[in-house]
Amino acid sequence: MRYHEESRPRSSIRVQRIWLRNVSGSTGARPRNSPEIHSAAGKGGRGQPAVSNARLGMLIFLGAEAMFFAGLIGAFLVFRFGSATWPPPGQPYLPVGVTGVNTIILLFSAYTMGRALRAIRRGDRQGLVRGLLVTALLGTIFLGVQGYEWIRLVHFGFTLSSGTYGATFYTLIGVHGLHVFGAVLWLLVVLAGARAHRFSATRHAALTLCGMYWYFVVALWPLLFTLVYLS
Amino acid sequence: MMSESAGVHAVHGAHVHHEELGFVRTYVFATDHKMIGRQFLFLGLFMLVIGGLLAMLMRWQLGWPETPVPGMGWVPEPYMFEGIVPPQTYNMLFTMHATIMIFFAVMPIMIGCFGNFLIPLMIGARDMAFPVLNMLSFWSGAVGGVVMLAGFFVPGGHAASGWTAYAPLSASAIYTGVDWGQNLWNISLIIVGASSLMGSINYITTIINMRAPGMTWFRLPLVIWSLFVTAILLLLALPVLTAALAMLLADRMLGTHFFLPAGGGEPLLWQHLFWYFGHPEVYVLVLPAMGVTSDVLSTFSRKPIFGYRAMAMSMISIGFLSWIVWGHHMFLSGMNPALGTAFMMSTMVIAVPSAIKTFNWLGTLWGGSIRLTTPMLNGLAFVSIFVIGGLSGVFMASTPVDIFIHDTYFIVAHFHYVVAGIVFGLFAAVYYWFPKMFGRMMNETLGKIHFVLTFIFFNATFFPMHFLGVAGHMRRIWNPLQYEFLQPLQGMNQFISVSAFLLGLSQILFLVNFFWSLFAGKKAEVNPWHANTLEWAAPSPPPHGNWGEHLPVVHHGPYEYSVPGVEEDYLPQTTPHALPVTAGH
Repeated sequence: MRYHEESRPRSSIRVQRIWLRNVSGSTGARPRNSPEIHSAAGKGGRGQPAVSNARLGMLIFLGAEAMFFAGLIGAFLVFRFGSATWPPPGQPYLPVGVTGVNTIILLFSAYTMGRALRAIRRGDRQGLVRGLLVTALLGTIFLGVQGYEWIRLVHFGFTLSSGTYGATFYTLIGVHGLHVFGAVLWLLVVLAGARAHRFSATRHAALTLCGMYWYFVVALWPLLFTLVYLS
Repeated sequence: MMSESAGVHAVHGAHVHHEELGFVRTYVFATDHKMIGRQFLFLGLFMLVIGGLLAMLMRWQLGWPETPVPGMGWVPEPYMFEGIVPPQTYNMLFTMHATIMIFFAVMPIMIGCFGNFLIPLMIGARDMAFPVLNMLSFWSGAVGGVVMLAGFFVPGGHAASGWTAYAPLSASAIYTGVDWGQNLWNISLIIVGASSLMGSINYITTIINMRAPGMTWFRLPLVIWSLFVTAILLLLALPVLTAALAMLLADRMLGTHFFLPAGGGEPLLWQHLFWYFGHPEVYVLVLPAMGVTSDVLSTFSRKPIFGYRAMAMSMISIGFLSWIVWGHHMFLSGMNPALGTAFMMSTMVIAVPSAIKTFNWLGTLWGGSIRLTTPMLNGLAFVSIFVIGGLSGVFMASTPVDIFIHDTYFIVAHFHYVVAGIVFGLFAAVYYWFPKMFGRMMNETLGKIHFVLTFIFFNATFFPMHFLGVAGHMRRIWNPLQYEFLQPLQGMNQFISVSAFLLGLSQILFLVNFFWSLFAGKKAEVNPWHANTLEWAAPSPPPHGNWGEHLPVVHHGPYEYSVPGVEEDYLPQTTPHALPVTAGH
């Protein structure tokens, strides 16, 4: 789809290909010196919104994600602190050491993600690609180690139906793992975009959103690690 | 992320690009907020009819237990036996009646339809912030509806554990004999939760970021305030339900024991998680109706809304309080009595903002030049019905009373006065905004007849339920005649059933009026009700992009009716006004 620059639909309602784009008609989309502003009786329409539509939408979505995990964590807490011994008799201790190292790997990926985002703000596309690549790699290593530990646990006979201990472990850690998996997939999409030179120092909304999501799944992990493995 | 020049194009260039969208993009996979709103309206009305018919079957069984329902002999076994409703089907009926009414009728209409239709129009935007997300919201909602309806056709029948799906009843097929019905119920609600989440993200972002020049927070119409609070409630409540539904589904399908005591699970956990969602959900349902009523009452009293800021603030505090009252659904669940007392107190506090709203509605009416149009009649009915439902709510909030009336028909009466009373808000909204939505007026005479019949039969149906409840009639019971002490009440049950049938029949008038007006109604003017809010400045129906070349500019609050010194008795938000305007400041 190649439009002439003039005939290309700019108005937000026409740009339907990317829904997370700041839509026209937003208060931010007004010319500075338009007479409308002067005649406006109040200050409802500010120049540029403090947080762009895309970032605000993402923040709201992460709020919902946080509540989703709050529900699962709430269930975990009920079982964890409602039982006299944890793990229950006959159930395995969780691999704290390996998962601790894995935690550090995941936390480090937030740093590499930050480097990637800083690079594109400077206009450094190579730095961006490198940063995203390392981040995706670290995420994949995290998932790989988690998967390996799961296989060992399952071989031990520790499954979803191993009482509430097994159920909470696999749902809470599994749902987080699915989120990391989704975030890695998103990273790969963004990475392909970065290699195709789709982002610049001024245009990288999709990257910002992916970064926000990545920070969320990384930030969630230490909390889950502390609760599920250490408590 | 939009450059300055792109912004100029966006505002002034909307008329430039008016290429026609094809049929599919206009009517099916539409991204225009108005079309999505209409789609939600039709989805909701369709499901409202289904939910209503399920209630009719229930009422037949309660009025004339174990006799064949007329005209239903064709329904195959085991759903019905030559027209007789068996217990299992009765359980399915009340479960699905509530589920469909809450998630597929009231939410799509009040939030999906009017949220989508009104938010951009009333704040002066061209569309929602994320139009494609909006389309996905509708279509995931529709898929959720199909999955929910599919449950009626699977072996074992549909979910039969109540809309609250209390575990362990819902957590294992061995209790109700329902297998895939309950699974589909779970899956459907998870899908619908995603749909509502997408809607909420859109609503909140749009209201925060896309208000027209001059549209400050305290110039927003109250219906927008109500939808804003509703969206936040949905955003924070629904994910918790989704988490609970995922665990329930895992119990049913993956062999976990979250809610099954046999494996160390905790059935009470389901109740906590469910009501943590469920109570905010009640306000999700009722807040938009309150917002609609505020707008309608002010317009047809030709007076500013009384206490605009108090109205907005009371909705925010209702929203906040709704998070800390869920335990009042669980007074009899074996909860710690000290905790029960705390929940009793917090629940009673909600009466304060609710009373503020009620008194402000009365203050709005006081001394107004009231015009009893169909939307106004429905708005007034909503207020009076809400007062009855609110007062019986105060009864039940008190633990000692609740212990007596818990799970009786008193509860059924209460929540129908609150939640089914929303239909008056719903009808007010449909009659009021129909001209803007479809460019034609609905028939006033038919509308008034429909209103009077609905109001009479609504009360005749639900008010006697209070008496049944106090007399001990259980909430979910297939055949009340099996208890000797309930047999003398059978006359009242039959009275309720007849009223319910007439209530259902009265709705045919609404449907006739709706569809007739859609095609043959009188053409609507731009502002038929002489209202102030922004949507009445757009053409009826508004075109794609809503505002033509220039966004509207807002000069004052939404309720400037009968302003001294102004010739007309209304002052649209877009009309500049030199006099100091005080109300709604």
